[in-house]
Amino acid sequence: MKIINLDHISANPLLPEVQEAMIEAIKKNYGNPSSQHKIGDQAAEVLDKARESVAKLINCAVPNEVVFTSGGTESVNLAIKGVAFGNASKGKHIVTSNIEHNAVLRSLRRLKMMDYHVTSVPVDEYGRVNPDAVAKAIQDDTILVSIMHSNNEIGTIEPIKEIAQITKEKKVIFHTDAVDSVGLVPIDVQDMGIDLLSFASNTFYGPTGVGGLYIRRGTKIWPLLDGGVQENNKRAGAENLIGIIGMGVAADLAQRDMDSRISQVKKLRERLLKELPNYIEEYYINGHPEHSLPNLVSVSIKYIEGESVVLMLDEENIAVSTRSACAAGALQASHVLLSIGRDFADAQGTMVVTFGVDNTEEDVTRFLTVLKDAVKTLRDISPLYKKAAEA
Amino acid sequence: MYSKTVMDHFKKPRNVGVIDNADGIGEVGNPLCGDMMTIYLKIDDERIEDIKFQTFGCGAAIAVSSMLTEMAKGKSLDEARKISNKDVAKALEGLPKNKLHCSNLGADALHMAIKDYEDRKEGKVKPKPEEKEELTVGHGGETCYCPYCDAEIPEGEKICKICELPVEEHH
Repeated sequence: MKIINLDHISANPLLPEVQEAMIEAIKKNYGNPSSQHKIGDQAAEVLDKARESVAKLINCAVPNEVVFTSGGTESVNLAIKGVAFGNASKGKHIVTSNIEHNAVLRSLRRLKMMDYHVTSVPVDEYGRVNPDAVAKAIQDDTILVSIMHSNNEIGTIEPIKEIAQITKEKKVIFHTDAVDSVGLVPIDVQDMGIDLLSFASNTFYGPTGVGGLYIRRGTKIWPLLDGGVQENNKRAGAENLIGIIGMGVAADLAQRDMDSRISQVKKLRERLLKELPNYIEEYYINGHPEHSLPNLVSVSIKYIEGESVVLMLDEENIAVSTRSACAAGALQASHVLLSIGRDFADAQGTMVVTFGVDNTEEDVTRFLTVLKDAVKTLRDISPLYKKAAEA
Repeated sequence: MYSKTVMDHFKKPRNVGVIDNADGIGEVGNPLCGDMMTIYLKIDDERIEDIKFQTFGCGAAIAVSSMLTEMAKGKSLDEARKISNKDVAKALEGLPKNKLHCSNLGADALHMAIKDYEDRKEGKVKPKPEEKEELTVGHGGETCYCPYCDAEIPEGEKICKICELPVEEHH
């Protein structure tokens, strides 16, 4: 039976064109782009081509502003720790938000062990950062502001252009974690005024294990990996050429098809939101009604726990993800959901649906039908539901 | 990630529900730690004649509740008291290490329901909710592991010494 993937934020299938390009590359492009001979030249040529494709997708001034990495997590680590280490003589203060991804949070946590200090600004009930709060948090010794472009749990898109305006005035480096945005929604690093931008290839149907960091020319940053002078001396080590080639092709396709992809997933998202009340009762939709990723729906279903829902849907060949503490393995309620005001129990029943190009209207109907049964079954088991009914 | 037996009990949980006028009720956990479990007992001649449960929680928590009720049904109170969290996890063919806390709730809820029955028999008043909470803290001497790096965590520790990340009390 066909598996319906409604968890594109966890994994996207590689587009056929991407697969073909990578298979070709495995056969032909084994060279090291840094070598001074024909085998190396061939590799350098395809590397440059991929870099141009990716640079075009986010509108870099020059392709060399793209540094290839092993994915979103490395990009974020390089941005945050690289700026922190490279600018320590100027100051050790960093500003961020309460709802960042763990790659940001734990990078900052590590820096705190090294005498850096961090101010975290809160978000409103929709998960939006107030740019004024960022302005107020900036001190004389602030070296970096890191605010995500879109949130991976609730889909809220942050006022990045406004924040970038502030950091430019205050002469502070600005990083945005755009891992769940680049390739999915339009990003223009020049228009938005961003200094550093993290992204990952799989978000736009390229291979996992490849990503990039946009580094505006002249931004002071230390590499995390020392060695050769690859990647503009920002990331040592021979490049993952096969993966990067796949990412380059995926970037070309993302740029070409972005509008049609957005309208496709947006339609599915709107349909899900419109029909959900016909299938289940007592739930919250998380995130901003307008400033949101076009493919993401985060819903907190009362009286039940998210991992159970995921398992039940999986039995029916439908893949979704949850941010319940149990599923995270860490046994801690989502900091994002708590930040927007959900209580512990409601955070536990939160499910994230993310649409992709392989989804259809029928998928939405099938999902809703199965979800309705799963919710009923789990509520019949739940003591919280019984208590609420009695009250 | 889960064993076949866990999935079987999760998909077809046994003994779900409430016993009206139950002779003993045990309630453990809270949504804060992820799971909540209520056990209802019908006792006849110091034997568990019927047992039902309601659980708010993950797949492991539901499977644990279901298996526990199967194991306890028909047992004398003395036998039921001997059912340990470990026994339930073993009957389920094991649980992922970071899910062992779910099995801890199971036997705790059963033992609490038995105690409730005995307290009622002796005419004692029901314990206040605050007192009940205390029973959920700790992990009953079972070995616990860091959910991040899998290192063993001694009872009472709140930070994993290996990866230096905080872990919950109910690990």
